[in-house]
Amino acid sequence: MSDSIDLTVAQAADRIRSGELSAQEYFDAYRERATGDSLNAFLWTAEEADGDADGPLGGIPVAVKDIFCTEGIPTTAGSRILEGYRPPYTATAVRKLREAGARVLGKVNMDEFAMGSSNENSAYGNVLNPWDSGRVPGGSSGGSAAAVAGRLAPCAIGTDTGGSIRQPAALCGIVGMKPTYGAVSRYGIIAFASSLDQCGPLTRDVTDAALLLQALEGRDPCDSTSIGIDGGIELPSREDLKGLTFGIPKELASEAEGIESGVKEVFERTVALIEELGGEVSEAELPHAPHGISAYYVLAPAEASANLARFDGVRYGMRVAAGDLTEMYEETRAKGFGPEVKRRIMLGTYALSSGYYEAYYGRAQRVRTKIAEDFSKAFERFDFVVTPTSPTVAFKLGAKTDDPLAMYMNDYCTVPMPLAGIPAISIPAGVAQPDEGGPELPVGFQIAGPAFSDSAMLDAAHALEGAIGFSHNGGADR
Amino acid sequence: MSPGSDYEAVVGLEIHVQLSTKTKMFCGCALSFGDDPNVHTCPVCLGHPGTLPTINEEAIRYALMIAAALECEVAPRSEFARKNYFYPDLPKGYQISQYDLPIAVNGRLGDVRIHRAHLEEDAAKLIHVGESGRIHGSGASLVDFNRGGTPLVEIVTEPDIRSAAQAREWAQLLRTTIRQLGVSDVNMEEGSLRVDGNISIRPVGSDELGVKTELKNMNSFRFLERGIEAELSRQQDLLDGGEEVVQETLHFDPNDGSLTSLRSKEYAHDYRYFPEPDLVPVVPTEQMLTEARDSLPELPAARRERYVSDLGLSEEAATTLAFQAELAEYFERALAAADGTPAKAIANWVTGELVAALRQAGAEGDLAASKASPEAVAALAGLVEGKTISHGAGKQVLAKLVAGGGDPAEIVEQEGLAQISDSSELEAIVDRAIEAEPQAAEQVRQGNEKAIGRLVGAVMKESKGRADGGTVTKLIRERL
Repeated sequence: MSDSIDLTVAQAADRIRSGELSAQEYFDAYRERATGDSLNAFLWTAEEADGDADGPLGGIPVAVKDIFCTEGIPTTAGSRILEGYRPPYTATAVRKLREAGARVLGKVNMDEFAMGSSNENSAYGNVLNPWDSGRVPGGSSGGSAAAVAGRLAPCAIGTDTGGSIRQPAALCGIVGMKPTYGAVSRYGIIAFASSLDQCGPLTRDVTDAALLLQALEGRDPCDSTSIGIDGGIELPSREDLKGLTFGIPKELASEAEGIESGVKEVFERTVALIEELGGEVSEAELPHAPHGISAYYVLAPAEASANLARFDGVRYGMRVAAGDLTEMYEETRAKGFGPEVKRRIMLGTYALSSGYYEAYYGRAQRVRTKIAEDFSKAFERFDFVVTPTSPTVAFKLGAKTDDPLAMYMNDYCTVPMPLAGIPAISIPAGVAQPDEGGPELPVGFQIAGPAFSDSAMLDAAHALEGAIGFSHNGGADR
Repeated sequence: MSPGSDYEAVVGLEIHVQLSTKTKMFCGCALSFGDDPNVHTCPVCLGHPGTLPTINEEAIRYALMIAAALECEVAPRSEFARKNYFYPDLPKGYQISQYDLPIAVNGRLGDVRIHRAHLEEDAAKLIHVGESGRIHGSGASLVDFNRGGTPLVEIVTEPDIRSAAQAREWAQLLRTTIRQLGVSDVNMEEGSLRVDGNISIRPVGSDELGVKTELKNMNSFRFLERGIEAELSRQQDLLDGGEEVVQETLHFDPNDGSLTSLRSKEYAHDYRYFPEPDLVPVVPTEQMLTEARDSLPELPAARRERYVSDLGLSEEAATTLAFQAELAEYFERALAAADGTPAKAIANWVTGELVAALRQAGAEGDLAASKASPEAVAALAGLVEGKTISHGAGKQVLAKLVAGGGDPAEIVEQEGLAQISDSSELEAIVDRAIEAEPQAAEQVRQGNEKAIGRLVGAVMKESKGRADGGTVTKLIRERL
């Protein structure tokens, strides 16, 4: 059965449907790999398969980021403060996957409350990159990306707030997509920054991403900001890029600082491939995009400071007993939250404080509007814009833990899209050495499109993916 | 404020109205009062991680009705906001409220302007174990989340109120108005109507506002008046003694009428309001606004106007009826049953004798305690107007109706209360009265008009109220 591990989701689902592959054996094969996980990707693994394996994802095991609430199953969001918490309900995204026949294989590791770009902020230990166990898998959906790249799961779901799906997908050499804001319900996703958070798939190829998104998207009465995608998601079939226009925003490519030379090289090679496939490429402008990081690191922490207020030791999760109420709050939160989470709560609390609100939150909102307007303008000229996903390949464990600003710069190319609410996908485009030398590691290529262009974007990514012909073996055969 | 004071009261009210929607503001849990603790809860109203609020459309509709009744401008686009603070009755660590874009602004009810009205969710209920009854110093505190998430409309007035009595009267008018809308139980004792006061005083003639205090926990109309009265005189004593009023929140203790400082505004919370990203803005359609306006019943101010101009009632009777919705409803039913009896006569029986009879029966203002049906009161008024019985006999009939119900005509029959129509019978009684009261008769002869009352009284006593006062007076005059 070991070759079933090599199948994509689409292939496995076909074989299960035709009876060629036993859903039970397929699940068991992955369960065995997941329980033998040496990447610290899994925080919890299912004893047995749930669901009846009927539907478009019939019999497909899914690794679920531990930020999705799953009834009766531990859900920690990578935080000590939720140790032992078993939610009384299940997230809409997980419910919809199950309804499509998928099975929860396990819950996977992540940066605490999705705050991080290296998975080093998990209270349950960092996740290792399957391509090089001395390096980070990216974050915050690091467990999801590592599980898929390391073939511990055929596919995974994660959440993306500023790049948390696309960046780890890039660093692990897989496909990761952040759908249009509102495409997938946020109900049951432990909130980091509500106006930015969006659930999306992490898969081995673009077709699998489309298959998962097909099941995930849809208006949910439990989430008033969800809309779904009109007409649903079509499975991609494009083989060329004829008639499509691609803009390269100079601010996020040629003029961007800190992009490694190897990453640049792979990016340029991929752009040339677009032209070979018949796509038109020229320079685009996103003049406010360079302010994305600044705006993001005001807005996201501001929302987080409120979203994380419910972790107070009163109703669920950890409680540190203390002499009085205030002390209980303080002790519980001091012991329950890690340093990055505390940093962001403080940043956000400050940004919303009376007298500072306009200067920080108000201003960041205006920058956000400007960035969205920049994209709207660009999409008058182009069908898509393309950038490197991450400025660097996977970096060494501990390399940036002492420098939060350097860590934040990982999100430079991925942050503007969620600020504008638009969809973006990262596909593996090749491998490159880090600037300081070392092994060849995956490089991600990002395609972003207008709001609700998710299907068209997947279609374009599919054509490009075919031309790239990326080999996944670096992750799987480690 | 004592009469002749150099200061003037400046009072504004903040009113929380619990809406009587079927479900909570942001989840599908049923509203309840008095059920076992924590039975009306779900992951959303318990603030479980990952849950999201969704807006209760019925609450929006109710809020639009309140806005229409208070003649407010409805915001074309209003927004929810998070009000952040930690407290065990607040499961999310923030309350979803409205801040800079409330659903309604700039209204008026009676002589008080409305500053704004906004929607929010109620907190859960805390029960503190121990003697203090407060969180500090209690052995343990328990949280009942049944109430948590109940839809509230907060109404904030302009500081247009000038006395404690006016505050009570206006709050009663507001309660009647909202009760008539049918959007809330508006019961102060049960907390579905909560009134806080913003209280300050200033020298008579000044246009400036003094330092205000916020007064809480006045859980009845009587306590509202007493609490504001107490705070006004406390502030006056401070100023008279050369001291200053400090901005603070005060807790009114209805048991002893004392005021305790809850927290000084110097240490006020910074609530760090920001737009609620989990909800979309509220944008009422023209249809929603029209429906809200069309669903308004006749409200007290309009009703009073109609009673005076169309029905010819006195201002006093019209106000009494209009500001007490149940009484007005009773009156309208009586009026509908009346067979040509003037509205004014029926109104006088309802607002005068019926209210008095209830008071006498120890059930002031409680129509449910009376067995007198509106139809019976209408018939009674008709009997008196038609001079079948005297007014005095009518009062006796009413007392019987209140106590035991029944048909007025039958009571008149049974008790033999019909007016004496046989003039010879009445003349005989008059003669006997003049004989029995020679002194009074003499005084009347000498032109002392007041003395006639004594003679009339004697006639009434002997006739058991069955004589018509006017006829009796006429007969006495003829004889003397």
